[in-house]
Amino acid sequence: MKKVIVIGNGMVSYKFCEKFAASEKFTDYKLIVFGEEPRRAYDRVHLSEFYDGKTSEDLSMSSANWYEDHNIELHISEMITEINREDKTVANHRGDIYSYDYLVLATGSSAFVPPIEGVEKEGVFVYRTIEDLEATEVYAKKLKAEGKTEAAVLGGGLLGLEAANAVKNLGLNAHVVEFAPRLMPRQLDKGASDMLQSKIESMGLKVHLSKQTQYLQGDKAIEGLQYVDDTELKVDMLVVSAGIRPRDEVARECGLEVGTRGGIVVNQKMETSDKNIFAIGECALLNSMIYGLVAPGYDMAEVAVQQITGGDAVMPESIDMSTQLKLIGTEVASFGDALNQSKEDIDEIIYENKRNGIYKKINISKDGKKLLGGILIGDSSDYNSLFQIYSNGMKLPEAPEDLILGSRGGDEGGLLGDVMDLPDGAQICSCESVTKGQICSAIENGEATDVAGVISCTKAGTGCGGCKPMVTDLTNATLKSLGIEVKEGVCEHFDLSRQDLYKIIQVKGYTKFDEVLDNHGNGGHGCELCKPLIASLMATIHADTANEEYAIQDSNDRFLANIQRNGTYSVVPRIPGGEITPEKLIALGEIAKKYDLYTKVTGGVRIDLFGATVNQLPLIWKDLIAHGFESGHAYGKSLRTVKTCVGSTWCRYGMDESVSFGIELENRYRGIRAPHKIKGGVSGCIRECAEARGKDFGLIAVEGGWNLYLGGNGGATPRHAELFAEQIDNETVIKYLDRYLMFYMRTAKPLQRTAAWQERLEGGLDYLKEVIIEDKLGIAEDLENEMKTLVNKFKCEWTQAVNDPEIMKRFNHFVNSKEEDSNIVFVPLREQKMPEPWK
Amino acid sequence: MEEILNKYRTIKLEDVNVWFKAASIKAFPKDGGACVKYKDLQIAVFNFERANKWYACQNLSPEKNEMVLSRGMIGDHNGIPKIACPLHKKTFSLETGENLNGDLPPIAIYPVKIENENVFIGFEE
Repeated sequence: MKKVIVIGNGMVSYKFCEKFAASEKFTDYKLIVFGEEPRRAYDRVHLSEFYDGKTSEDLSMSSANWYEDHNIELHISEMITEINREDKTVANHRGDIYSYDYLVLATGSSAFVPPIEGVEKEGVFVYRTIEDLEATEVYAKKLKAEGKTEAAVLGGGLLGLEAANAVKNLGLNAHVVEFAPRLMPRQLDKGASDMLQSKIESMGLKVHLSKQTQYLQGDKAIEGLQYVDDTELKVDMLVVSAGIRPRDEVARECGLEVGTRGGIVVNQKMETSDKNIFAIGECALLNSMIYGLVAPGYDMAEVAVQQITGGDAVMPESIDMSTQLKLIGTEVASFGDALNQSKEDIDEIIYENKRNGIYKKINISKDGKKLLGGILIGDSSDYNSLFQIYSNGMKLPEAPEDLILGSRGGDEGGLLGDVMDLPDGAQICSCESVTKGQICSAIENGEATDVAGVISCTKAGTGCGGCKPMVTDLTNATLKSLGIEVKEGVCEHFDLSRQDLYKIIQVKGYTKFDEVLDNHGNGGHGCELCKPLIASLMATIHADTANEEYAIQDSNDRFLANIQRNGTYSVVPRIPGGEITPEKLIALGEIAKKYDLYTKVTGGVRIDLFGATVNQLPLIWKDLIAHGFESGHAYGKSLRTVKTCVGSTWCRYGMDESVSFGIELENRYRGIRAPHKIKGGVSGCIRECAEARGKDFGLIAVEGGWNLYLGGNGGATPRHAELFAEQIDNETVIKYLDRYLMFYMRTAKPLQRTAAWQERLEGGLDYLKEVIIEDKLGIAEDLENEMKTLVNKFKCEWTQAVNDPEIMKRFNHFVNSKEEDSNIVFVPLREQKMPEPWK
Repeated sequence: MEEILNKYRTIKLEDVNVWFKAASIKAFPKDGGACVKYKDLQIAVFNFERANKWYACQNLSPEKNEMVLSRGMIGDHNGIPKIACPLHKKTFSLETGENLNGDLPPIAIYPVKIENENVFIGFEE
């Protein structure tokens, strides 16, 4: 067995291992990988997402066991300091010696820090590793605590802008300082750069061009940049992102040939000056160039694997440097000869729209036959198509400007027409070098049956992800051409969609999760995705509460309460329409006092009691039920509240009794289980004090009846409900709502709110009207009957629980002790309490 | 908090020298879990009735150090038995304790045996 040692554990190193592991000859080799960073290879391309809440594990290139599972020895936090080419061994920083048959240098690059006076000052960082980002974050927090807010990024290239975005995400004012007279000088022309600059400035970043820094101001910590033109910029922090330097130290010391400006010299086979040593990625100097992009790095990894295992792949003569990415919210793409550098005669076609912040340029050969390159700013949706036309030398339309302006008049169609018209050799994913032919054949020979399958077996779309729309189109088109329906399984245990499961449970009358899993699933035990889904479906179909088969309920449904930060629960009794008597209000207060609960009025016009231990829940509910309260289902994927304004009962503007109708609706739909939570609102006039249009269903009283709005929500993606019917009476409102909610419950995806469901409904609102109002599908009566059953069979599940000794057994923290969890600690907050903060 | 975390460590079957009788098997839900108190430890015990197997782990979720794992949903991922924390649905293998969908530290796993319809948890003291 031959030994291959890989020095470096970045993206290209991982790709090398991945490609090696996929090779037929893999079992003849033993791979040993050394990385000096303390973690497995991660995605540096998306590094700025680290400040968006992604963890290093989210960014990791592989799962925790990947190396072990593939029998590859991974040494992290180990730096190789010496190569002995004569003995064919390497030594790490501790002096341990390892021998190799082949050595692969994937040492990558380090951030280039220009020799400016004062770069050693406190508050100066580079942007390269997760550790760099962590250190920057700590410093930024310290600055903010001191009321300091200004941070500069040195370098207006691709990485510099990424770094500026990261700095902005840290909550600081970001200044981009660039030596050249334009941003991204290597990829963009002046017009594109100007457009990018104005987009970036509109996001609140400052751009300083043609600025050369002479020294950094400040004593111990940086206080500003002094430019050579005698101007200055006062900043409290500096992130240097002025380029990269290949890591060639260890190669240089063992006598391998390196370039005058750094980089390990390799030939087209990725061999260094020693035939047993290869160099790949950003440390390799190929064609006298360092390629700082992922796609060529991955190609190098492939070539090296092949060369070691006896294949004959070599790097192509010309290497594609096309890029498509999103920088600070702005789409940027450049491909081919974007800067008119080729010797060919070129005609430029430029479209510039300052109003919308869009700049598009294509370079066409003088004879009008070939697309040579281009730049897209602000809208890169045509990048994939343009790139295909460019890289496959496809014929251009009669009027090549249509490529960026779209066909004006005449038939509408994509630039490419049908994705299936692309040649089989067309490269769809340039990061992973995946062709159209490979994607289609993965489906045709049964290796993949959906987009996720195609991605996992071809790796297409796992790099920058820009090709995903095209991969999806190709997958769906290929499936269609094979007559296969596109699958929508809910999880690894079921290939069926929620809608299919609904029908199956309804027809077969299943009442146990095991029956569904055994007869229609893929075996195993189920999981946290399919269990609560099937629990919800059974509750809807059989008009049951969440107390049936409690082990498959979502844990909030299992304890009929919302779990809070410290493992205690909140208690929310129903207060229909927000109307409550003084007696009940007093009772709520007395109960909250008795159990020492934190009390707050919620956004949904009711009162939330926090801090109940699992043992206390039934006691609290017994008291609440004795005072006439019932469950508010705040813990369920079910109706929460119907918010109302006071309406014509009191309000001098009110057109109708919004409170009365709101109470009626809340009592009608309480307890029903749905794909997601449902909220309603009823306003007594067009002033809309109940914010009904931000709810799943909303009513506004107008002259002559109610206007009914459907499919709104607040949340992460707020959406106003759409006007569905006008001036209808109470009875019609209920008829339409019964049909609408039941139709939603039957057909939506798991955890899909009405807004998202409605938005994706083919045919949109018009189709919905046809189904609900005109009964086009002939199901209106079924829908109404199903809803009536649910309404008639309503039971308060907390009343059910406190009266059933079997159910009550659930509410103990320990199965073998009556004690409570001693781990729960509260601290005072204003005049109440809160959980001890997380450390 | 460190202190609490350090109290839990995986016990291998061969190292068990104390079998603690927790409760009757009837006290545990089918295909679900419950929490057992042993001295000052909280151990989550799960009954995988479909496979007639039992597993035990620390009740402490390593994400935010809350005593909640026993209240989570059980299931499997590619055949690996797992528990999903009820707070943010972080899942852990009940065979190795490893976090299956993130980079949280592994949880401690304890051996379980069933004798005369009683559940015993193995400790090393």
